[in-house]
Amino acid sequence: MSAQTTTKPAAKPSAQAVDSPLPRTLTGSEAVCEALVAEGVTTIFGYPGGAIMPIYDALYGYGDRLEHILVRHEQGGIHAAQGYARTSGRTGVVFATSGPGATNLVTGLADAMIDSTPVVCITGQVFAHLLGTDAFQETDVINITTPVTKWNYQVTDATELPSVLAKAFYIAGSGRPGPVLIDITKNAQLQSFEYAGYTPCRHIRSYRPKPVVRMPYVEEAAALINAAERPFVIFGQGVILGRAEAEFKAFLDKSGIPAAWTILGLSALPTDHPLNVGMLGMHGNYGPNLLTNECDVLIAVGMRFDDRVTGRLDKYAKQAKVVHLDIDPAEIDKNVKATVPVWGDCKETLPLLTTLVQPRRHDAWVKRFHDCMVQETDAVIREELNPTGDVLTMGEVIRELNECSGGDAVIVTDVGQHQMVACRYARFNDSKSNVTSGGLGTMGFALPAAIGAKYGAPGRQVVAIIGDGGFQMTLQELGTIMQFGVDVKILILNNNFLGMVRQWQQLFHDRRYSSVDIESPDFVALARAYRIEGACVSERKDLSEAVRRMMSHQGPYLLEVMVGKENNVFPMVPQGCGVAEIRLR
Amino acid sequence: MKQEYTITVYTENQVGLLNRIAIMFSRRKINIESLNTSPSEIEGIHRFTIVVNETEDVVRKVVRQIEKQIDVLKAYFNTNDEIVWQELALYKVPTEEIAEKAKVERLLREHGARAVVIRRDFTIFETSGHREETDKLIEVLGPFGLIEFVRSARVAIIKHSSGFHEKLKEFEEAAPRGTTPEASPAGSREGVFSM
Repeated sequence: MSAQTTTKPAAKPSAQAVDSPLPRTLTGSEAVCEALVAEGVTTIFGYPGGAIMPIYDALYGYGDRLEHILVRHEQGGIHAAQGYARTSGRTGVVFATSGPGATNLVTGLADAMIDSTPVVCITGQVFAHLLGTDAFQETDVINITTPVTKWNYQVTDATELPSVLAKAFYIAGSGRPGPVLIDITKNAQLQSFEYAGYTPCRHIRSYRPKPVVRMPYVEEAAALINAAERPFVIFGQGVILGRAEAEFKAFLDKSGIPAAWTILGLSALPTDHPLNVGMLGMHGNYGPNLLTNECDVLIAVGMRFDDRVTGRLDKYAKQAKVVHLDIDPAEIDKNVKATVPVWGDCKETLPLLTTLVQPRRHDAWVKRFHDCMVQETDAVIREELNPTGDVLTMGEVIRELNECSGGDAVIVTDVGQHQMVACRYARFNDSKSNVTSGGLGTMGFALPAAIGAKYGAPGRQVVAIIGDGGFQMTLQELGTIMQFGVDVKILILNNNFLGMVRQWQQLFHDRRYSSVDIESPDFVALARAYRIEGACVSERKDLSEAVRRMMSHQGPYLLEVMVGKENNVFPMVPQGCGVAEIRLR
Repeated sequence: MKQEYTITVYTENQVGLLNRIAIMFSRRKINIESLNTSPSEIEGIHRFTIVVNETEDVVRKVVRQIEKQIDVLKAYFNTNDEIVWQELALYKVPTEEIAEKAKVERLLREHGARAVVIRRDFTIFETSGHREETDKLIEVLGPFGLIEFVRSARVAIIKHSSGFHEKLKEFEEAAPRGTTPEASPAGSREGVFSM
């Protein structure tokens, strides 16, 4: 994607010695690059600085194998790595320097932690003898990042690097994935040592990524499902992370059970699958929320009963027996008590379950969902997608996008109203196509994540849908898009408000619009300053053509659409209410 | 209902792990009443003993979140009647006072205490036992001008535990078997969450 890699000089002598017999002498920094190459890493998102300079020096000699994407802020680096991981299914890699470089990663680490995204961050650190002395750009990165990493470790001796990095990649990518941070002191980066080669990690005695599947529980689950009259499947990102989309579909097709998704489970099942009944949660579809409290067996697959999905817990699916499939034992019974816990990788447990369930159809029950969808269409969807009023709606923009993409695009969303609308209405044919900040709700996520998403899926169209607020949080990454010519389409849905907060203020704070009126620069002119083409539309007659022009444009493009200022996202389960108290308006 | 739970955590001996475990409690605003780290019956494996006052439901969730930390091998939680536990306490009193006014021999006998150091200026007694027992000796020594008092964290042995040797063997195998019976007594379903 970049012309930069091809113009790099040949590797330095030490790095050229790749084919020489082992052991050979390498620096810690070279060992880091060797580890990345051995792990199959091709793309690194990062930003250099004093304490990581030896690694960047070594990287200079690996330009033919490791492409480094220079972001404009470390937060952008880690969000890009997250986007990369989400579309590629591989572990994203980030470099940052000590002190502020490392602290700028914290938001992304928290985001990756709560959304189970595999990322390995390598941070430089001051010399080991300076640790604890308040040295220049010294921060206690290990302790700052402990709550937001699956694992972290400080390396002060280069000989540890090969095995520690092997552990890092194993931990980040296995089991329930998550972010790992390795902090490497400068002396360890510079230190030469006898390098005995790189051995990938396959086992850590204190870590069991894949639990033993307990057959009795699978059998109990199957018995419950077979006896059910109104079974309902709710699924999350576990299906995608477990690469179990086919197994999941086979389970649905045989059992005939309607299925609804969490925001992170979106795209695991094609939009047009007959048993896909829509979205769960606060701004999810009417039927999935309402009928959660009418089903008799609730089958949760790779999801964690987030409070935005369940609403008030003591009014959530109280009538139902709950079967919970999850790879993480800490999720079982955490929020919703499972009648039958099926602890395991759903790639393994789903086929076992499919074998045991009877082929069924639940036509009358599925029709309940369709009836609800008719109600929702009458109350909300028709007007949102094909508005009769003058102002543009977010929904009609997404509809235009669907018509243009045919459901084949990767959709990256930021956080807020546009995110809910995009997730509700965007169509998906393939898995790993929806990239969003679900658990943490990180505004500013989408633009950098879209950069990474494109590197993770270079053959696919990537569209970042962002609000006017979130865009202004990380818009400096336009520089990265410019420099590397990253072909992402940026669709700003501008309502001149921090819309979701405004919606809450309208509904629950008596229209006291406190600090939500946000002014924006001329986004198209801003894009032009970064040599990115763009357009702005505010009238319906121009919308379709503008979307088509954006999608067919070669290279990055920014389209700003001025939408209704005070439109709300409905349906809505108000905070503190049960899912059955969902409001259509 | 909140009550005292003793949490036993078998871990690798890793820098930073104490913090990783401690924040599992602080993020839920749970106070750690007592915390001890020590070697275990197996070389290289560390053992944390943590006492908290909480409901069983919360303790179970915290213990599962502790157990999923990478460097943690296994975590158990027990009520006080499922464990044998001790705390050690030291008491420093002026020798002059104690020698003249107290019937020292009787005092030591009654409280299972012993003198660790006897100097002209002060004497240090030591005793071990449950909280009430070590507290009682404070009361007794108070009138004699208790100069300093310190009590250790709780150490505890789970009554029906058969130790960690067998479990560790299982952990060291690349492919998990999941056949070793569980030491944890908390509910018949616990077995499903063992390795």
